[in-house]
Amino acid sequence: MASTTIDTHAPGAAHHPALQHHFDNMEQQKESATLGMWLFLVTEIMFFGGLFTAYVVYRHAFPGVFAAASHHLDVTLGGINTAVLICSSLTMALAIWSAQINRRKLIVFFLLATIALGSVFLGIKTVEYRDKFHHHLVPGTSFAPDDPHLQGVAGQQSQIFFALYFIMTGLHALHMIIGIGVLAVLAVLSWKGRYDAHYHNPLECSGLYWHFVDIVWIFLFPLLYLIGAHAR
Amino acid sequence: MNTTVDTAEPVVPSPETGSEPRNYLNAAYGLRSWLLTRDHKRIAILYLISVTAFFALGSFFALLIRLELLTPEGDLVSPDTYNRLFTMHGIVMVFFFLIPGIPAVLGNFLVPLMIGAKDLAFPRINLASWYIYCLGGLFTLWSIVHGGVDTGWTFYTPFSTHYSNTYVISAALGIFITGFSSIFTGLNFIVTIHRMRAPGMTWFRLPLFIWSHYATSLIIVLGTPVIAITILLVAAEKLLHLGIFDPALGGDPVLFQHLFWFYSHPAVYIMILPSMGVISELVAAFARKPVFGYKVVAFASIGIAVLGFLVWGHHMFVAGESVYVATVFSVLSMLVAIPSAVKVFNWTFTLYQGSISLQTPMLYALGFIGLFTLGGLTGVMLATLGLDVHVHDTYFIVAHFHYIMVGGTIMGYLGGLHYWWPKISGKLYPAFLSRLSALLVFVGFNLTFFPQFILGYLGMPRRYWSYPPEFQVLNVLSTAGASILGVGYLLPLCYFIWSMRYGKNSGDNPWGAVGLEWDTSSPPPTENFLTTPVVTHGPYEYNPKEVHDRTSQPEARVG
Repeated sequence: MASTTIDTHAPGAAHHPALQHHFDNMEQQKESATLGMWLFLVTEIMFFGGLFTAYVVYRHAFPGVFAAASHHLDVTLGGINTAVLICSSLTMALAIWSAQINRRKLIVFFLLATIALGSVFLGIKTVEYRDKFHHHLVPGTSFAPDDPHLQGVAGQQSQIFFALYFIMTGLHALHMIIGIGVLAVLAVLSWKGRYDAHYHNPLECSGLYWHFVDIVWIFLFPLLYLIGAHAR
Repeated sequence: MNTTVDTAEPVVPSPETGSEPRNYLNAAYGLRSWLLTRDHKRIAILYLISVTAFFALGSFFALLIRLELLTPEGDLVSPDTYNRLFTMHGIVMVFFFLIPGIPAVLGNFLVPLMIGAKDLAFPRINLASWYIYCLGGLFTLWSIVHGGVDTGWTFYTPFSTHYSNTYVISAALGIFITGFSSIFTGLNFIVTIHRMRAPGMTWFRLPLFIWSHYATSLIIVLGTPVIAITILLVAAEKLLHLGIFDPALGGDPVLFQHLFWFYSHPAVYIMILPSMGVISELVAAFARKPVFGYKVVAFASIGIAVLGFLVWGHHMFVAGESVYVATVFSVLSMLVAIPSAVKVFNWTFTLYQGSISLQTPMLYALGFIGLFTLGGLTGVMLATLGLDVHVHDTYFIVAHFHYIMVGGTIMGYLGGLHYWWPKISGKLYPAFLSRLSALLVFVGFNLTFFPQFILGYLGMPRRYWSYPPEFQVLNVLSTAGASILGVGYLLPLCYFIWSMRYGKNSGDNPWGAVGLEWDTSSPPPTENFLTTPVVTHGPYEYNPKEVHDRTSQPEARVG
C-alpha cells in the first residue's frame, strides 16, 4: 500500500464558499455543471426534435396547405420578435462579460435588460396569439378559417399546421418564461454580490440555456412564418 | 492500493467506542433525514422501496392475467377489464419498474462508489428525480384507481386518442413526468462518470458496470425526450382533437408509431444494458477471474446503445412500412446480435477455467446468461421479415420480450441485489433460502414463458381474454410457472427485510471481491470513502500474479 499524499486543492486557492461538499475543487464543480447543462440542452434538442420531425412529415405531405396557412402568421411581428430575441442574447452575453470584469451593478443591469427583452418577446407573442383567437385559427372545435384556400380538406390539414404552430411556439414561450424566472433569481443573487470574475458559472450555464432558447426560435421563425412568402 | 488524500472536510474514523461504526444508515434518523437526503445511497434506498412497490403492483396485474388465461373461456374478468389488466401491467412494469429498476437503485448506489466519488455530480437533482418519479407514479395510480387504461402500454393512435374512453391522459402525463426522473438520473450518471472519477481511475479501469450505465445514460438522455413530446402530443390530441395523429383529419397514426418506437425500442436497452453490467461484475467475482476481453465488452455496451437507435422500424413491419425500409431495419436489428453475443461469449470465456463458486448472485448470473441467450436468439428470428409476419402479435412476441425483460433485466436486478446487499445493508441473508429463490425464479420463469413460445408459434394471438380449448394445456403450464415465479420473487422480499434486523453482520467484503466499492466499509460512510482513493489498477484484479505486481509497484497516477 503506497501512501502518497495528494493535495486536491490548487496551491493558494482558498476554499470557496460556493464549493459543494462532494467536489474536490471549483474547477471540477464548474466543469461538471457546464457538462450537465450541455447534456440538458441535448435532451432539449431531442424534445423539440420530435416536433420538428412531425413538422417535416406534414409539410412534406401538405406543402401547399402549409404555405397557405403560413400566410396567416404575422411576419412583421415575428421579425420584430426575432430581433428582440437576438438582442436579448447579446445582453445575456454582456451580463457574463460584466461578471468577468467584476462589475456587479453592470451584471444586474444586463440581466434586467435580458429579462425586459424576453418580456417584450412574450408580450408580442401574446398579441399574436390573441389575433389567432380572433380569426378562429386555434385548433379544436372553434377552428374556422375564413380563407378560401383553407376550406374543406385543406382546412383540416391546415389545422395540423396551426396545432404545430401553437405547440412549438407555446413550448418555446414556456422555456422563455422559465428562463426569465431563472434570470430574475440570478439578478437578485448578483445584486447581493454572489458572482465575480472568479466565480460566475451559474451565469454561464443560464446563458447557455438562454442562447439555446434563442436558437430554437431562429429555427421556428423561418419554418413557421416564412414558408408562405414565395407561394402566392 | 489506496493512498491518502486530504479531503475538504476531514473525517475522523469512528474508533471502537463500543457503538457501531458510523455509516450512511445510522448517520441520521427520522423521516426527514430520508426525505430530504442528498446522499445517493439513501436515494437509492428510496428508489428501492418505491420500485419494489410498483413491481408488486405490476405482478398483481400479471397474476390476474394468468388466472384469467387458466381456462379457455373468459370467465374471471370481462374483456374490457382484461384489456385494462394487460395495459396496466405493461405500463407499470415498463415505466415504473424495468426502466428505473437497475439504474436508479443499484446504479444510484454504486456509480459513485465504483469510481471513487463522494456523491453523484448533482445530488439535489438526484433527489428531485425520485420526487418526480413518485409524482409520475401518482398520476398513473390515479388513472388505475379510476379504472385504468385499455390501450396497451403502447398507446397506439388513433385508438388511444379517439376511441378509448379510459384515463389515457392522466396515464400519459404520468409517463411524461416519470420520463424526467430518468433523464435526471442519466444526465447525472454521464456527468459523474466524466468528471468525478477518483485519481487514477482511467476510462479503461472503470468497472463494466459503469460502462454499461454510461451507455444506458446515453440512451436515456437521447431517447426519453422523444417519448416525452410524443406522449404530450397524444394527450394534446385527445384533449383538443388537433388531428396530428388522426387520419380523418389528415394526420398520420404511423408517425406516432415511429416516434413511440424511436424511444421505446432503445428503452429495451435501457432495461438490459445495466443488467449486463451487473452480470459482468458477478461473473468476474464468482469465477475469480478478470472479465475476458474487457475492452470489447465495454465497447459492446456502447455499440448496443448506438445500434439500438437504428432499429425501431422492426416494430412496424406490418404497419405499412415499405419493403426497402423494412429490409434495412431487419438487417440493422440483426446487427444488434453481434455486440450482444460478444458479451455472452466473453462471460462464458470468463467462466472457463475460473474458480467458480455457486453463491446466490452467481446462480442468478448463470440464469441470466442462458435466458438472455434464448431471448436474444428469438429476437434475431423476429428480425427476419418473413417469420415476423407469421408470429406478429402472437404469444411468440410476448415470450421473446419477457425472456429479455424478465429473464434478462429482473435476473440481473435480483442477482445484483443479492451481490450488493451486504454492501447496502451490512447484513447477510440466508444462503439456502436465497439459492432456493434463484432456482425457483429460473424454473418458474421457464415454465411461464417457454410454453408461450409454442403457443405463439401455433398462432395464439396476444391481448385476448379467451382462446380455443386446444391451447389450454400450455396456458395452464404457463400459469403454474407464474405462481412458482411469484414465490421466487416473494422469498427475497421476505429474507431481505428479515436480514436487516436479524441477519448476521457481513463484514466489509463477504465475497472477497475486488473493485473500489468493496474497499470501503459495509455499509459505507455517508461520504463513501474516508480518504479519497487513488486507483492504480484495473477493476478485476483477481489474478494473483497481477495482484503481486501491483503491490510491488505502488505508482499512484493522479488524473
